[in-house]
Amino acid sequence: MEQAVADRTAPSALAARVRRLPPEAGILLVLLALALAFELLGWVFVHQSFLANQQRLVVMILQVSVIGVIAVGVTQVIITGGIDLSSGSVVALTAMVAASLAQSSEAVRAVFPSLTDLPVVVPVAAGLAVGAAAGLVNGMLIAGTGIPPFIATLGVMVSARGLAKWYTRGAPVSMLTDPYAAIGSGAVPVVIFLATALVFHVALRYTRYGKFTYAIGANREAARVAGIRVGRHLLVVYTIAGLLSGLAGVLTSARAVSGQAGMGLMYELDAIAAAVIGGASLSGGVGRITGTVIGTLILGVVTSGFTFLRIDAYYQEIVKGGIIVVAVVADQYRRRHRLTAT
Amino acid sequence: MGSAAATRVTPALLEVSGVSKSFPGVTALEEVTLLLKHGTVHALMGENGAGKSTLMKIIAGICTPDSGELRLEGRPLRLDSPRQALECGIAMIHQELNLLPTMSVAENIWIRREPLDALGLVRHRELNRRTRVLLERLAVDLDPEAELRTLPLAARQMVEIARALSYDARVLIMDEPTSALTEREAGRLFAVIRDLRARGVGIFYVTHRIEELFALADEISVLRDGRHIGTGTPRNLSRDDIIRMMVGRELALPTAAPAAPAGPVVLSAHGLSVAGEFDDVSFELQAGEILGVAGLVGSGRSKLAETLFGLVAPSGGEIRIQGSAARLDSPAAAISRGLGFVTEDRKETGCFLGLGVLENLEISVLSRDFVRCGVVRSGAARRACERMVSALKIKTRDLSERIENLSGGNQQKVLLGRWLLLKPRILILDEPTRGVDVGAKAEIHRLIMRLAAEGTAVLMISSELPEILAMSHRVMVMHAGRVTGILGREAATQVRIMDLAAR
Repeated sequence: MEQAVADRTAPSALAARVRRLPPEAGILLVLLALALAFELLGWVFVHQSFLANQQRLVVMILQVSVIGVIAVGVTQVIITGGIDLSSGSVVALTAMVAASLAQSSEAVRAVFPSLTDLPVVVPVAAGLAVGAAAGLVNGMLIAGTGIPPFIATLGVMVSARGLAKWYTRGAPVSMLTDPYAAIGSGAVPVVIFLATALVFHVALRYTRYGKFTYAIGANREAARVAGIRVGRHLLVVYTIAGLLSGLAGVLTSARAVSGQAGMGLMYELDAIAAAVIGGASLSGGVGRITGTVIGTLILGVVTSGFTFLRIDAYYQEIVKGGIIVVAVVADQYRRRHRLTAT
Repeated sequence: MGSAAATRVTPALLEVSGVSKSFPGVTALEEVTLLLKHGTVHALMGENGAGKSTLMKIIAGICTPDSGELRLEGRPLRLDSPRQALECGIAMIHQELNLLPTMSVAENIWIRREPLDALGLVRHRELNRRTRVLLERLAVDLDPEAELRTLPLAARQMVEIARALSYDARVLIMDEPTSALTEREAGRLFAVIRDLRARGVGIFYVTHRIEELFALADEISVLRDGRHIGTGTPRNLSRDDIIRMMVGRELALPTAAPAAPAGPVVLSAHGLSVAGEFDDVSFELQAGEILGVAGLVGSGRSKLAETLFGLVAPSGGEIRIQGSAARLDSPAAAISRGLGFVTEDRKETGCFLGLGVLENLEISVLSRDFVRCGVVRSGAARRACERMVSALKIKTRDLSERIENLSGGNQQKVLLGRWLLLKPRILILDEPTRGVDVGAKAEIHRLIMRLAAEGTAVLMISSELPEILAMSHRVMVMHAGRVTGILGREAATQVRIMDLAAR
């Protein structure tokens, strides 16, 4: 027993230095290692560089930008100790609503024939509003009825998908205006993703909103006793998550230049995976936007890398699942280690 | 007491010798030596935090002692898990019952040991038959197939006892078994205990209720501050002897009496009630006054504090703050009226364990100060927290240290500091020095007295009578949800308070 104690205290200088590193250091290393691995494999198997190809990198980030925007919101929900399963369906619903207000007058059978060629702010604002409303419903269910976030957002997930289909009786919405399509073209989604991440990184670290979010996740009862109006705060957090899903819906429909009820399928799980890979703990109180951004990039590198190696999409999913589980196991190991080290 | 070994003829059922156990920052048990004889009820008494529960957990295999030894009928006993203890015939009936609420009585009793048929399926008829036999032995009338959560607490307790017997337990540990029972249910339980005793079972019986000792116990041992103070029988110990043994301690308590308060009444309760918890509580609290609240666990004192702070809605009566009626529907509302509350359970309702000292200190004050347009003025907040850390002598490496790495006393100081940053007019403290080492305890005491001297009104709940007596201007005693007396400083003595608290 004494032996064990001595062993634990011996490398304390190193341990202290490691502990002072930001928590993202580990996951950043994973990102770099994955990129390097693909680089090496690329030279061996397909005889080209993985990283020295700017276009590939842009496409890679572009592909995960939508997931990234959702993950920024989901991270905040996870920090409060909650979960949001509705993101993907809300993407579909907002994509439909926004697209229906973004149709050009050339559209043959517009959803609202009298509302075509509207200025681009209208569909964007509508999309954000619908997303925020869905988030507000999540928040009200959770704060008002006290049901677990898993159940509340599962309900909204199913209903929002249904609403998206009902909106046009299943028909896709196409022929969107050029200014609207521009939102999804080029590097715009990447810029929006990084800007969103920056805003909420600052919000979580430097505002009262952020402090309260962490406190609620760390110990909800203590947060209540400390004078935080927990229910009201959760309402805000879930509304923000919904708003960001709405933004993701706008981006998705703009990129596809159409709205379809099947959009955003499983996005919520990718977003949760990005947050968790980035170090957010589903038990609450832990998580950072920087980690989530890295987690999102890891998902992107894996997808892009496998495509680059011309590996079947089936294998991609299998490996992605493995990465999520390994990340969580490693996270729990780290947490336990920290607890016993004290 | 050291002569036990010399005079032994047949070995005692269970022998605890020289057992010590400490937790970070606190010594829970120090060299405790006790004997449990066959066919006896051995009561353990002591204040909260005296070490009774820790000792029982060691005997039941839940904790391992740092040093010392257990012997079962003379043979050394090493227990690494509760399951091992059960297999040696030592069973514990927990304060919080450890049963599976959605399973049947029979399933609860025989879990892991269900009779199986050749296919490995459970033989339910046999399971229920065995259960019936067992329950008959206890003279308890229960349906083996009843789902546990549908049963009243007393019946569930019987199921726990039946489960213990199903392991042929020879040592039974009961931790305050009557705390949630009605008088009639307790009477039935006593009959069962006496029957078990007659069969040679040895029973450790932890209780706060002195009456029960005289009704039930063959031997009584008192623990205080983790030490074994003495053992006697109901015949050679009087009620007053036991109280003296429990509370008579030398503590680094403030010796100077607190200055008499002269301020106006800032907080008052008028006929305040919460259904099922406490009833018709009225008192007044002056600025600069420390009102001690004494009472046993379950007397309603903590619920009263929670009600005053807006955590529990009163079912009747009125709270007045500075003369005007206050409707406190949330802690946030209470805080805005100038209240602060250090709860009794640091871990559950106080600390944000995963977060740093800074976050733990500043969280409440951020609702009011150090924020401009939602953005925290982190420099100013940090400086205020640093001042608080040095003023309260909180021992921490720096403000970013996680609070879970601090000792209990320092955690408690952080929680006090959280409220002091808000400068509350009324501070409610529930067990402010529980699980705090002696040095930090004295500092916390001085701090509370200084706050009162500066005009803060303090309502202090404590199970430690010396603390209550040394600090309070007046003492309010509660029993079973009612105020049984409010004593002035002169009239308040340990015996008088115990008398009102345990009547």
